[in-house]
Amino acid sequence: MYRLIIALILGCIACPWLNAADDPLADDPLSLQLGVLAQTKLTKMPAQIEVLVALNDSRVVPVLQAMLDGRLYRRKSDNLLFIGVPGDDKSLAITNPLGGSETTVAPASDLSRVAVNNRMRGQLRLAIAQLNLASEDEQQRFDAAQELLGDVSPPVIALLNQVAQAESSERVLAVVADAQALAALQQDDALIRLKAVEQLTGNLQPVVLNALQSLTALDAGGAPLESDPLVYKRALKAIAGIKQEAEFYSSAETIFFGLSLGSVLLLSAIGLAITFGVMGVINMAHGELIMLGAYTTYVVQLVLPNHLEYSLLVAVPLAFVVSGLVGVGIERGVIRFLYGRPLETLLATFGISLILQQAVRSIFSPLNRSVANPEWMSGALQLNPLFSLTYNRLYILVFSLVVFFLLLALLKRTRLGLQFRAVAQNRAMARAMGIRSAWVDAMTFGLGSGIAGIAGVALSQLTNVGPNLGQAYIIDSFMVVVFGGVGNLWGTLVSAFSLGMANKFIEPVAGAVLAKILVLIFIILFIQRYPRGLFPQQGRSVD
Amino acid sequence: MTMLKKFKRAATGAALIGAALLGINPASAAEPPIKVGVLHSLSGTMAISETTLKDTVLMMVAEQNAAGGLLGRQLEAVVVDPMSNWPLFAEKARELISKDKVDVIFGCWTSVSRKSVLPVIEELNGLLFYPVQYEGEESSKNVFYTGAAPNQQAIPAVDYLMNDLGVERWVLAGTDYVYPRTTNKILEAYLKAKGVKEEDIMINYTPFGHSDWQSIVAEIKTFGGKGKKTGVVSTINGDANIPFYKELGNQGMSAEDIPVVAFSVGEEELSGMDTSALVGHLAAWNYFQSVEDPKNAEFIARWHTFTGDDKRVTNDPMEATYIGFRMWVEAVKKAGTTDPDAVGAAMIGLSVNNLTGGMAVMGSNHHLSKPVLIGEIQEDGQFLVVSETEELIPGDAWSDFLPGSKDTIADWTPPISCGNFNTVTKTCSGQNF
Repeated sequence: MYRLIIALILGCIACPWLNAADDPLADDPLSLQLGVLAQTKLTKMPAQIEVLVALNDSRVVPVLQAMLDGRLYRRKSDNLLFIGVPGDDKSLAITNPLGGSETTVAPASDLSRVAVNNRMRGQLRLAIAQLNLASEDEQQRFDAAQELLGDVSPPVIALLNQVAQAESSERVLAVVADAQALAALQQDDALIRLKAVEQLTGNLQPVVLNALQSLTALDAGGAPLESDPLVYKRALKAIAGIKQEAEFYSSAETIFFGLSLGSVLLLSAIGLAITFGVMGVINMAHGELIMLGAYTTYVVQLVLPNHLEYSLLVAVPLAFVVSGLVGVGIERGVIRFLYGRPLETLLATFGISLILQQAVRSIFSPLNRSVANPEWMSGALQLNPLFSLTYNRLYILVFSLVVFFLLLALLKRTRLGLQFRAVAQNRAMARAMGIRSAWVDAMTFGLGSGIAGIAGVALSQLTNVGPNLGQAYIIDSFMVVVFGGVGNLWGTLVSAFSLGMANKFIEPVAGAVLAKILVLIFIILFIQRYPRGLFPQQGRSVD
Repeated sequence: MTMLKKFKRAATGAALIGAALLGINPASAAEPPIKVGVLHSLSGTMAISETTLKDTVLMMVAEQNAAGGLLGRQLEAVVVDPMSNWPLFAEKARELISKDKVDVIFGCWTSVSRKSVLPVIEELNGLLFYPVQYEGEESSKNVFYTGAAPNQQAIPAVDYLMNDLGVERWVLAGTDYVYPRTTNKILEAYLKAKGVKEEDIMINYTPFGHSDWQSIVAEIKTFGGKGKKTGVVSTINGDANIPFYKELGNQGMSAEDIPVVAFSVGEEELSGMDTSALVGHLAAWNYFQSVEDPKNAEFIARWHTFTGDDKRVTNDPMEATYIGFRMWVEAVKKAGTTDPDAVGAAMIGLSVNNLTGGMAVMGSNHHLSKPVLIGEIQEDGQFLVVSETEELIPGDAWSDFLPGSKDTIADWTPPISCGNFNTVTKTCSGQNF
C-alpha cells in the first residue's frame, strides 16, 4: 500500500498532465487491486485475478483482455500497470488502463510484460466471458455465451439463468438455452432431462456430443447410467444424428484438404508446365525461383512493416517481376546455349539452383525468415462447429485457379500466347513467319519463372521461408507435370488436384510417410503404362 | 545483420584464434597447443542449429586462452564442416583425430550423425562431447553425453502434462527417424505403465520438413474432442514445427484446449519467428535463456560480447556445450594430461556449475545430472518457466521402460567398466550402441 502511494506520486511527478486523472483513482478499489496485481508472483496470480474479477467492474475487461493478449506491462520504475503497444524496437506506447486515453511513450527497458501461463489464460477467458455477458454489444454477449457453453458450474449457470431473463437477442438466447440444457442433463427429474435432450438434439458442438455420450454410457455391469428408458432412447437417437453429420463433414473436410494440397501442387507446378512442358527445358532451378518469390514477400514485409494487410498484394506482382527477370537472365545467360542438350541443361540448372540457394544464404542468413500472415489470412471460416475452412488454404485455392485461368487466357487469347505456341510446335516454321524465336524463348521462360515467383508468395503463407524451400517442391512439381502430360496445362490442373486428393485420402489410413510413398509408386507404375501422362500432347511436335 | 557487423564478428573470432595460435605468453609458445576439434554442420539443413554450437566452442576456447590456457599450453580450435551429411561426419571425425591430432572433439547434433561417428571414435580412441538431448539406449567409453537422456526431458514433460494439466489422452507426434521413434516407444511403454489405455494414445509420424498439416491437425482435433483433456507430445524436428503450430492456430486449437509439449523447439528455433500461433505451448529443456541466475546472466552477456550481437539467443544445447567444455577442462587439469583414457577416467564424478543455479555431475554412465524445466512459449520467443524439478535428475543411459533395456546399465568405473551391462546375467555385451 505504502509502496503503491509512492509509486503513484512518482508516476505523477513524471507525468503531471495525468494528475487530474490519477487523483480520484487513488482510493478506487480497482486501482488498488491493479497495484497489488503488479507486485504479485506468477503462482499467486490466479487468486489475485479472482479478487479483481469479483469487483465486478466493467473497466476490468480491457485490463484482462490486455493481459490475455500479452499487452499488459509493468513499469519497473514505479510498479504501475499499463497497456502497451510496441512502437519501434526500443519503446512502447503505453496507456493507463483506467486513466483515460492519454498515451505516452516509454522505453522498452523500463517495462516488463506481465507473464501469463495457460492456467491463467483459461481463467481470464472465462472471466472476460462472464463480464461480457452484461456487455452492450450483442456480438460480445454471443461470443461470451459460446465461451461459457459446457461450463456447468453452479455460479455460471446461475449467471446464465439471470441472463436468460433479461436477454433480448435470439442468437444469444439460443446459446444460453443450450448451456442451460447441458446443465439440466444432470438434474434428477427425468422430465427435465428429456426436455434437455430434445433441446440439444441436432446441436453439433463437441461438448454436446460428449455430454450425451456420458449420459448414455454403460456402468460396470453393462446397464446404462441413464435410468429413464425414454431419455436413454432419445439421447441415443440424438447421438446417432450427430455422428452421421460428423461423418459427412469429415469427408467434406478431407475433400477440402485434398483440393488445398492440389492447389499448392498446381501453383508450384504451373510455372514448370510452361518451362518444361511447353519449352522442354528441364529446369532444376525452378524450386529456387519459387524461393525467390517467397523471399520477395519477406522483403516487402520488411520494407512496409506497417502495411502487413496489403503486403501480399504488393508482393504478388513484385515476385512475378523478380523471379521473371532472374528467369530471363538464366535463359539468356545459360540455357539458350544448351537447347537440345537436356543432360547439360539439367546439370547447368542444377548448378544455378545451388548458386541461388547459397546467394540467399549469404544475403539473408541460413536461418528461416519469418513471413507474417496478414489478419485476413489467419483463422478459419467456421461453417458449423464440425466444419471449418482455414482462410489461408481457401484463398490459396482460389488464387491458384485464378492464376491458372489467367495463364490459359494468356496462351490462348493473346498475340504473345500465339507466338509461344507457334515456337513450341514448330520452331522453323514460326521463324519463317517472322517470329523472333529467341525473344519468344526468353519471354516464355520468364513467364514460367514469374509464375514460380507468384507461387512462392502463396507458399510463404503456408510453409517456412528458407534457403531449402525450393528443394521441397521441385520433385513434386516435376511429378505433377509428368503425370499430367507434358505440354498440356489442363493435364497439370487435373494431375495436381488428383494427386492432392489421393494423398489426403490415403493419409488418414496409412500415415503421411506411407501416403507419399504410395502416391509415388502409383505414378511410377502409371508412367510405365502411359509414358506421356494423363493427357498426352497430340500432334507433330511430339515426335 | 549488416555485412559490416558480420565482418567484425569474423574479424574478432579470427583475431582471438590468431592470438591463440601465436601464443599470448612467450613461455607457452614453445609448447604445442592443445587441439580442440569442432564437428558441427556449418551448411545444409542442420546448419541452422549447429552453427551456434560451433560459435559456443570458439567462445569457450577464446576465454580459456585469455585465462592462461590449459596445463600452461594454449588451446587451438580445429573447425571442420560435415555439411549435414551423416557419413561425412565419420570421415571428418577420422580426419580430426588421425590428421589434425585433436585431443577432444565437440560435435554432432542428430542421433544419426552421432551413430555414424561412434565406430570411428571408438576405433581411434578419441573423445567426443555430444551436447544434444537424445533417445538414450547408448553409452560409449569414448563419448560423454551432456544433453538430456529421455528420463531428463521426455518423462518429466509427460509427468507435468499428466499431473499438473490433467491430460488423459495422448498424441505422440514425431518426425520419422530414430530419435522420435525410440522416444515414443519409451513414452508409450511409460504411459501404459501409468494405466493409460491403448485407445487413448495416438501415434503419428511425418517426413522431415513436412508442411501440409491439415489432415493430421484435424485428426488431433477429433481425437481431442472426446471430452477428456488431450495433450500432444511433439518430437517433430526442425522447421516442420512452424507450419504445424500455424495449422493448430488456424484450426482454432489453442494451448489451453490442447497443449503441445515439444522437445526440439528452443530459443534458437523461435528467434525471428512469428510466435503468435505458439504462445502458451510448452517445451521441456534443462535450460532456458529466461532463467534468472547470475551465472546465466553472465553467460548471456559474454555470448553477446563474443558474437557482437545482443539479439542472439542462448539455448539448451549451448548450455550442454558449456558444461561439457568446462568439465573437460577440469578433467584435463585433474589428469594432468590430455590423454583420452586418463581424461575419460577423470571425468567421472566431476561437477561444475550449470547455468540454472545448480551443479552438473558427470555420472559413471557418461551422462550428466540435470534439472528439468518446463516452459511456456511467450510472445517474444522466450520461455516462461512453469515447472521445475526440485532436484537434479541423473541421466539414465538405458531406459527402464523398454523391455530390452530394463536390466541394462552403463558403468564405466571398475569393476564393471561396461556401457551395456546386464544386471541379471551379470555380463557385458560389449555392444555399446
